[in-house]
Amino acid sequence: MSENKAMKTAESTQVQARPEQEISLRPPVDIYEDASGITLKADLPGVSKDRLSVQVEGNNLTIEAQAVIDMPEGMEPLYADVTATKFRRSFSLSNELETDKIQAEMKDGVLSLHLPKRAELQPRKIQVQ
Amino acid sequence: MFNYLTGFDRDLFEQFDRMRREMDALFGDLGTPLGIRSSTAGSFPAINIGVSPKQVDIYVFAAGLDPASLDISLQQNLLSIAGERKVEVPEGTQVYRRERFNGSFRRVITLPEDVDPDQVSANYRDGVLHITVQRREERQPRKIEVK
Repeated sequence: MSENKAMKTAESTQVQARPEQEISLRPPVDIYEDASGITLKADLPGVSKDRLSVQVEGNNLTIEAQAVIDMPEGMEPLYADVTATKFRRSFSLSNELETDKIQAEMKDGVLSLHLPKRAELQPRKIQVQ
Repeated sequence: MFNYLTGFDRDLFEQFDRMRREMDALFGDLGTPLGIRSSTAGSFPAINIGVSPKQVDIYVFAAGLDPASLDISLQQNLLSIAGERKVEVPEGTQVYRRERFNGSFRRVITLPEDVDPDQVSANYRDGVLHITVQRREERQPRKIEVK
């Protein structure tokens, strides 16, 4: 019985002693492609437009966001599914996407990105004379 | 075409798993047993509950919802949140990833017993449904005079 207790105390000290890591959540995404380009939708609940950053560096697309929830003073947590408020996810893009023509829209916590393909690479119908 | 870099980010489900393991390690059998109505960690939508002396705040993390389609009800201290999150993918597209939850959901939460079901307010902003329930005033202990 006392052994059990000792083990439990040891485990709890371990958990508390762990250094504060900057934990980021990986938002779930839907990605699909049509003739005009690629569409990406990400769930970022609690994020407004001004707390969102979408950046392209070389061929890497990075989405970073900070969720903000208003909490009354003196609130104690009772139950928490979500323990971090930072979101981060990156993707590696291919050359056929026009990275400077990316369109982004943010509504109700859903980020919609449209990455168009370069105009000359879009499928073009060939007329048969 | 879309290869993602494996970063040191934590996956949302890994978060839930980790939290559950830590909770078990810290509380084990010493804490109060899980509510019989509680759902597995990791179900959609994620919920956080906070208490303060005068109110209880519930945060439901569900992006892209139509607030009119939500069915929120409070019976005594049992809060039930049900709704549907439709994810539409246009016809004729090639789908590479479908990670976002699509479908109907229902979560039932047991709140502290002193909540007042007549004083509930809810608002939906940026994908977070914030429900506030006021707590009943503590009844004053009655003084008993000894004659």
